[in-house]
Amino acid sequence: MASEGHTTTRPGQPVPGVVPPARQAPGRKSTRSGVRQRLELLLLIGPAFVLFVGFVLVPIVVAVYYSFYKWSGFGPLNHPVGLGNYRRAFADTVFLHAIQHNVTIALLSLFLQLPLSIGLALLLNRQLRGRGFLRLVVFAPYVLSEAVTAVMWLMLLQPDGFVDQAFKHLGLGSLVTTWLANTHVVLYTLFVVITWKYIGFGVILLLAGLQGIPTELREASALDGASPWQTTRRVILPLLGPTIRIWIFLSMIGSLQVFDIPWIMTLGGPAGASTTMSTYLIDKGFQSYEFGYGSAVAVILFIFCFVFALLYQRFALRRDTAGALTRMAG
Amino acid sequence: MTASTQLLTVRAKPPRSRNKAASSPLATALAYLAGVIIIIITIVPLLFIFIGGFRTTPQINNDPTGLPHPWLWTNYRIIVTSHVFWHFLMNSALIAIITTTLAVSLGAMAAFALSRYTFKGREALFSFFTIGLLFPLTVAALPLYLLLRDLGLLENMFGVAIPEAAFSLSITIVILRPFMRQIPGELEDAAVIDGTTKLGFFWRVLLPLSAPALTTVAILAFVTSWNFFILPLLVFNNQIHFTLPLGVAAFQSQYSADTARVFAFTALSMLPTLLFFTVAQRRIVGGLTGAVKG
Repeated sequence: MASEGHTTTRPGQPVPGVVPPARQAPGRKSTRSGVRQRLELLLLIGPAFVLFVGFVLVPIVVAVYYSFYKWSGFGPLNHPVGLGNYRRAFADTVFLHAIQHNVTIALLSLFLQLPLSIGLALLLNRQLRGRGFLRLVVFAPYVLSEAVTAVMWLMLLQPDGFVDQAFKHLGLGSLVTTWLANTHVVLYTLFVVITWKYIGFGVILLLAGLQGIPTELREASALDGASPWQTTRRVILPLLGPTIRIWIFLSMIGSLQVFDIPWIMTLGGPAGASTTMSTYLIDKGFQSYEFGYGSAVAVILFIFCFVFALLYQRFALRRDTAGALTRMAG
Repeated sequence: MTASTQLLTVRAKPPRSRNKAASSPLATALAYLAGVIIIIITIVPLLFIFIGGFRTTPQINNDPTGLPHPWLWTNYRIIVTSHVFWHFLMNSALIAIITTTLAVSLGAMAAFALSRYTFKGREALFSFFTIGLLFPLTVAALPLYLLLRDLGLLENMFGVAIPEAAFSLSITIVILRPFMRQIPGELEDAAVIDGTTKLGFFWRVLLPLSAPALTTVAILAFVTSWNFFILPLLVFNNQIHFTLPLGVAAFQSQYSADTARVFAFTALSMLPTLLFFTVAQRRIVGGLTGAVKG
């Protein structure tokens, strides 16, 4: 039925939610078909548009509005503070540290996770026995929820728990610390957990990108006398560019919004050492009922994401947005 | 365990292909080594959680890395026979189904309009829908919470499913539009000549032909919703409404002293995801990385 749909349809056959079909030559423009097209467009886009505006766009706009008030979330908005909430945020060291933590996670992703993903993808992009199984394994943590991942590592990282014991068995006992209570270490601990969860996504994405590169190019490069290393650097990596750029985009946006893992594992603690912008925002909004202030923080977070996304699209993704965006997701 | 041994016993074999870069034995050995390390780092923690569920908390405290002796089903039995776990599971499933249905149906309609109609402002409208990719739901969390409160949707699964669907629309449309676009115009012409309307073409021809892309976006929406944490956290206070991720976190803080029980609960809550993933692996991985060629 699917592929031969055009032969099984007859004029006048009712289609759910549609006015009885009027014959219409393709591309012909008459007033009637114009009105009809507008109605169809309304019917097709309307619901998605309403949903999107109502639950994605309006909340953002409203957040901007709330951000100029001091407000507990109840009663009327009658205490305007101008830019006071923003000034307060940028004067609060906890928030400034939160920004710093997000940036740290972003940079660590860029300089550790990305090379690691590329290296693993290059290694795995060869005829290995059990490659299918390896892919399955490498990708598995990515499908687990952040919450479950966080709870799992929270249990494993308990003092004298599994991780500590494993370190001791490996003769690295002297490195053991209180992974989640040491203010100097906790952020890096969380980064390792985040990497455990997300590395598979990068590897799989890059592997797919590598598979799109014809083997002939490698062969040609080798025939021209290039070493495998040169081939990788000068031929493969540049061709992998679009995939890498998409990975960077997703990873940076992701780094700016980290929430579940620190929230469950440390609640941003100890002493704010693992607070992120998101945990700070939820903490202010829902634990302290400072909806106005929380909204200001949300707007700042939004601006971070938005400015990064715009700049990145403008300068890095320009050439391959359409193709690559669909590639990354589809 | 079985996993790593399985791979360890596999011997490196000369590559079958004429792939030059792969032919260096050192590189191949390194690749296997990397593979084994990946498997250990990924599987051992998961395995430890599952196995830990078969022990008692005193046993775990005495020797965290040990094996169960004897294997005890008690922890798992208590959880499986209590209502809590099944409640969480049902809530997660229902919310994910509602979210997926909403996002895919509305997204497919919009993607159809944005791909196969010509009208003024089409590209602008498409860009508008992609805005949702640029920021996380967290940003909208506070006003969204107030909106849901005003709509009376707190403690209601629609209060979670509707915003999730709205946020999933962006990726759904971004994936579906190019896919629908590349379906040849001749098919549409033929359908129109046969007397069907444009909407008839959508329903009878385009949707069935878009099945692979629809599956991809459906899986994406489902998995995203299934794993979602922050919105259920804000919307649900009553434990009876909790989804699985929320439930696991709550269970952990509630029984934090009873390590074995938390292990068992965590392990069980991973099981549906891991099973689904194993079964639909090809679709998920393919869907996430290149089933749709832009």
